[in-house]
Amino acid sequence: MRALILLFHRESSLAWGRGGGPLLAVGFFAAMTVMFPFAIGPAPERLSAVAGAVAWVGLALASLLSLERVFERDFDTGALDLLALGPLPLEVVCAVKALAQWIANGAPLAVAAPFTVMALGGRPDSAFLVAATAAIGGLAFAFVGGAGAALALASRRGGVLIALIVLPLLTPPVIFGGTAMSNFAFGLHWQTGFILLCAYTLAAMALTPFAMAGACRNALS
Amino acid sequence: MTALTCVEVTDLTILRGARALLGGLNFRANAGEATTITGVNGAGKTSLLRAMAGLIRPTDGAIRFVSVQGEMDAYLARREHCHLVGHADGLAPGRTAREELTFAVCWAGGDAASAHDGARRLGLERVLDLPVRQLSAGQRRRLVLVRLIAARRTLWLLDEPLTPLDAASRALIGEVMHDHLAGGGIIVAAVHDPLPIPACSIMVPG
Repeated sequence: MRALILLFHRESSLAWGRGGGPLLAVGFFAAMTVMFPFAIGPAPERLSAVAGAVAWVGLALASLLSLERVFERDFDTGALDLLALGPLPLEVVCAVKALAQWIANGAPLAVAAPFTVMALGGRPDSAFLVAATAAIGGLAFAFVGGAGAALALASRRGGVLIALIVLPLLTPPVIFGGTAMSNFAFGLHWQTGFILLCAYTLAAMALTPFAMAGACRNALS
Repeated sequence: MTALTCVEVTDLTILRGARALLGGLNFRANAGEATTITGVNGAGKTSLLRAMAGLIRPTDGAIRFVSVQGEMDAYLARREHCHLVGHADGLAPGRTAREELTFAVCWAGGDAASAHDGARRLGLERVLDLPVRQLSAGQRRRLVLVRLIAARRTLWLLDEPLTPLDAASRALIGEVMHDHLAGGGIIVAAVHDPLPIPACSIMVPG
């Protein structure tokens, strides 16, 4: 338990500081959503119809930004050797890294998401649902993204590769989250999408640590 | 916790692609002994140490960790009794020396107080609050070596531990190694220059 807290403290402070940290992701997300009215036109009914969809695509793209650093820096400096020989199994270490990535990236995005949806004309009473789905979907992004980052470890210029590996896997949460939000906006049944999103996230959290640890071991050997 | 008394390497073979890096290596490192591994660049010294630490799976052969009660579980033995100091120092450049040191020591089972005492012994007290990127190569190496003193583990696997150090630091590390061996420790080190302590030497053919 002590080791878990110790590791979590290190990982979250590293994640918070790396590559601009949360500001970069939130700034990118805000800038992206601001561009949509210019592309689609300022008609409020058209914007409010796509507000949820824009937010979800933006969340998925913004969550890719600092993935490269999750494992790469520790791999390059040799800290991954130290982490692999510590008191916790490598699977747990990887899960903590993904969780730290969510804290520095997914959680701030979840706070920013309702504001951008409102700015695009989304329903004010959907703010809570937007934040909740963004937070839960962000967890899936961090864990699945972590697996992509670990797989790309041994290759040079892994950043582009990570995006290629990870984006297709981010499609289901975008579908579930986007459906939940657009259904809510039209007063339809939103719970199904929300529950499917939760299920996807739980599956990602349960399975990807094994993939991450396997990929790390492979890169270390 | 049962004490590790001996590490046995038998018929160790590591293949890298089609090339045999190590072929049928045998040696035994007992408590209180230092073993140095020599060989030309690329002979497989680092791979041998990483295989002993469990990071590389050997193609053939065995690495056994033995205590007074008999053979130990290798996974647990590595996690509880083994320090690996590779040539990459594992320090995050943006964090302070104190943060990185305290993490590394606590992660290996020590505590913040022992980390501070170790830093004092290796003369690093004044640089503890600097970011790691401002430290010299020798200071970074000493910072990594503090972990050996501050978190007690029997087996030290060291990959060219003295390379960036000045003469005074080498003598100091020699003293630390001497104390470790006197306390029943085991040192296996890949080196180009001899260690400042008596050690038996193994040659890895290139």
